[in-house]
Amino acid sequence: MRAAGAAAPLRVDIAAKTFRSAQGVSLTALRDLSFEVRRGEFACLLGPSGCGKTTTLRILLGLDRDFSGSFQLPEGGSGRIAAVFQEPTLLPWRTVEQNVRLALPKDRRAMDLDRLFGDLGLAGMRSLYPSELSLGLARRVALARAFANEPAVLFLDEPFVSLDEQTAERLRHLLLSVWSARPTTALMVTHNLHEALMLSDRIVVLSARPAHVEGVFDIRLPRQDRSPQVTSDLLRSFRLKFPTHA
Amino acid sequence: MTAPDAAEGGRGAPAARIGLAGAAMPALTVAVSLLALGLLWSLAAAAWPSRAFPPPGAVWRTLLGEAASGDLAYHLGATLARVAAAYVIAMSIGTVIGVFLGSHRRADRFFNPWVVLFLNVPALVVIVLAYIWFGLNEAAAIGAVAVNKIPNVVVTMREGARALDPSYGEMASVYRLGAFDRIRHVLLPQLQPYFAAASRSGIALIWKIVLVVELLGRSSGVGFQIYLYFQLFDVAAILAYTLAFVAVMLAIELLLVQPLERHASRWRRRPA
Repeated sequence: MRAAGAAAPLRVDIAAKTFRSAQGVSLTALRDLSFEVRRGEFACLLGPSGCGKTTTLRILLGLDRDFSGSFQLPEGGSGRIAAVFQEPTLLPWRTVEQNVRLALPKDRRAMDLDRLFGDLGLAGMRSLYPSELSLGLARRVALARAFANEPAVLFLDEPFVSLDEQTAERLRHLLLSVWSARPTTALMVTHNLHEALMLSDRIVVLSARPAHVEGVFDIRLPRQDRSPQVTSDLLRSFRLKFPTHA
Repeated sequence: MTAPDAAEGGRGAPAARIGLAGAAMPALTVAVSLLALGLLWSLAAAAWPSRAFPPPGAVWRTLLGEAASGDLAYHLGATLARVAAAYVIAMSIGTVIGVFLGSHRRADRFFNPWVVLFLNVPALVVIVLAYIWFGLNEAAAIGAVAVNKIPNVVVTMREGARALDPSYGEMASVYRLGAFDRIRHVLLPQLQPYFAAASRSGIALIWKIVLVVELLGRSSGVGFQIYLYFQLFDVAAILAYTLAFVAVMLAIELLLVQPLERHASRWRRRPA
């Protein structure tokens, strides 16, 4: 377990994020959005479509600096961040392996990736180009790229969207096993409650736009104990606590 | 990194074989077509014999004579060096300006009239002005050719920069790629099709303008020779130099440009 030492959490405190259209119409996407993710924890940001989840993630990734408020990324460790975007975002002119290695810091470019590729079932595909992969495989490469960085915090933006349910479920299991082998603070955006209940230690529930935190749902049960029976109990108590999110 | 290399070689081989088989038929067609043109030419030259319209045989003999004396190689070399220099200058300056304008909308709005203006200045005017302002020297000659080509490159590369996919840039920023990696692995591959298009039309335009520059103010090069033989009314020599130069440019296209392009687009999905 690398995730030891001072427990500096991921702390988010966004006062407001407003979009202005070219016609001068302004739209507030986020207001008074604050939550924490403890170190080494897997958290989900759950909310209805279009409520501002991706906007929040883009702010945390440093891709959108036009907001008021602040956030603090976990300190220590590698100090790096990694992201798995909604689209795999692989460079089409580089092979699977070249894509993963390019995203690594210079001094780690030559590192041994056999284990990681093996764990993600990509061992035989290192020299393929992204256009030769299915969407599910391309998503696995995006996961490999993120985990190879051994980031201090990992952001995932609906990484299993637009896959058939069977493929998505297999990828969720893969994500869990890779994450348990390389634990790191993770924040995943999703609107899929089943996915959130399966993967996370805590679910941060967002309201409709302008998004703020409606509440936090902690799951202290270890993941291996979340049988279908237990999951449906979790689902029931979640619905009792957040009746509008059924 | 041996595994990917081996796999790449393995996939390259069948593609090359298909290329050879597929290239044989068109190549035959081209040869027959050129032969027919030559035949037509010699028939016409026989029907209307004139010093101003020599048959292919006479042109060929002149070509051999110029090649044997070393003149052909010297003048072809001078012209090729100018083409290469003007090409490199025009492509690098045009690419930088084009990418800048394509990614800065306000700068583009301001400078667009300049681009349109330069696009429409006749090549001859630029050449004459360059010779007047900077003298009859090599720098003025090459600079004039480059200035003629730069606006075309700017327009093409500006389109390329507008078509850049922001998600790759965001990926590069999240994973903190260095400036070199960003340019080499994220930016340039996206611009490559536009760069290839600009290159292709660029070489075709540049070598024609280089001949004019040589005709007006240099004492070497294919353009200078053509002007010389124009004054002597030696049509066979004019045609000999023209054909030699066209052959060289076609060889560059076939042996340099096309293989480079195939290499640059090797990652595109192969036709099933």
